[in-house]
Amino acid sequence: MNPVLRWGRTLGFALTLPVILVTLWWVWSADSTNYYAPPLQTILTTFGDVWFSERLRADVLPSVTRLAIGYTGAVVVGVGLGVLLGANRTLRRVTEPVLEFFRAIPPPALIPILFLFAGIGDTAKVIVIVSGAVWPVLLNTVEGVRAVDDVLSDTSRSYGITGLARLRHLVLPAASPQIVAGMRQALSISIILMVISEMFASTNGLGFSVIQFQRSFAIPEMWSGILLLGLLGFVLSLLFQLFERRSLRWYHGLRRSQRGEN
Amino acid sequence: MSTTEVRPARAGAEPVRRRRPELPSAVLGLGGLVGFAALLELLPRTGIVSAEYFPPFSEMVRALVEAAGTDRFWAATAETVQAWGIGLGIALVAGIGLGLLIGSVELLRRFTASTIEFLRPVPSVALIPLAVLLLGLGLQSTLLLVVYASFWQILIQVIYGVQDVDPVARETARSYHLGRWARVRYLIWPTALPYVMTGVRLGAAVALILAVTAGLVGIGTGLGAEIALAQSSNAVPLVYGLVIFTGLLGVVVNLAARALERRTLAWHSSVRADVGG
Repeated sequence: MNPVLRWGRTLGFALTLPVILVTLWWVWSADSTNYYAPPLQTILTTFGDVWFSERLRADVLPSVTRLAIGYTGAVVVGVGLGVLLGANRTLRRVTEPVLEFFRAIPPPALIPILFLFAGIGDTAKVIVIVSGAVWPVLLNTVEGVRAVDDVLSDTSRSYGITGLARLRHLVLPAASPQIVAGMRQALSISIILMVISEMFASTNGLGFSVIQFQRSFAIPEMWSGILLLGLLGFVLSLLFQLFERRSLRWYHGLRRSQRGEN
Repeated sequence: MSTTEVRPARAGAEPVRRRRPELPSAVLGLGGLVGFAALLELLPRTGIVSAEYFPPFSEMVRALVEAAGTDRFWAATAETVQAWGIGLGIALVAGIGLGLLIGSVELLRRFTASTIEFLRPVPSVALIPLAVLLLGLGLQSTLLLVVYASFWQILIQVIYGVQDVDPVARETARSYHLGRWARVRYLIWPTALPYVMTGVRLGAAVALILAVTAGLVGIGTGLGAEIALAQSSNAVPLVYGLVIFTGLLGVVVNLAARALERRTLAWHSSVRADVGG
């Protein structure tokens, strides 16, 4: 099949259902008198008015910044501690139950505690995100580091590859599929915590705005906020997939060839 | 893993060292827990952190034990567990059913892929205001969040699992003229089962998070609501005690999901990694 046709087909498959759904929503809601379900047209017009204005700087930017800092912090701390614990058998076995316990705490439950400590400022919200998102990264890194192939490990040892070189060329690449899987879980937890921490106590941010709109019965504005949160989640997950495809290309290739698909 | 290890001999170093016999993991782990509890006790007692915000561990436990003597506490626990169970149940039935269907019909999969990829990462907490307006405060709103969060985890895993059917096994089933149901029962389901179990494990954890969160932000009842109440009435040790309790609940959920996974996959030779989900 020629490439243009193939692209067309792929695009057709990707767009058909979304177009149908959006059209249905548009038509059905067009002359909606239901106060809570305004016409899609109204929602989209409101979307532009609300979010491409002062709010972009005042609410969207603070949210995204806190999310970025918190998520990065969680990954750095998680991988760092994870490598340390993964490499030390005794330390790992001593800390394992404590870490499993922390992973099991529903992260939003930590919000009241952390707000006691750190107030309700930006720092507190970043801490909330880090303290909730760090566990999947940490525990997956420990798993990944622990499961480094014995033969590879012995080989690099006999070649005298130790310390940072060993970390850079053996441990981190070997553990990376697990680490990335942990990072994916951490990303969705981070978004949840960003929104919840702002709903719980805040003066700005996406979660705060959406709840304000709901409480003041600004319905189209509220819908537009939900739409924006959905888009944010979608875009971040898209970026993450790009990152994963790049960083784990070797791994997915290996899996395919192991399964004989080539 | 062997307990002895041969290290390459370096000049002047002892050639081969035997490790000391190791303590069993359970003892070390228990030691870790006790040590952690002791740390939580000592930090406020020595004044390193303020006891006002961070009461000693013994006070957290006392507050929890006191609360555990009341009916209110167990009613809240039951409400959280109920929302978790019903929500996870709905997500399981819907996720497995639709996953098997979408996964095994190529055309359906190609038509729905983009929509699923768009809806899946939508954070369920974004639906909170909508749930409040449309369903009001209470169990229904909580369930909407719980189901939305865990449904996608399960659906995606099932679709992946169905696609993982070994081509040779598929051809074999075709040569033997296995019917539709026989194919689902003996070919597709066993292949997908490890993925389904991964979905159940992830979904169960997420469902608990949302069941607690709903209470925390005031749209549901249960342990989350109790935590929020304790915080607003400044009962600090109780806040900690309740958080510890939800953590224990989470541990139970995780252990149960893993036990279920081991039981149902006892026949499965390889343990699959959670990557690709």
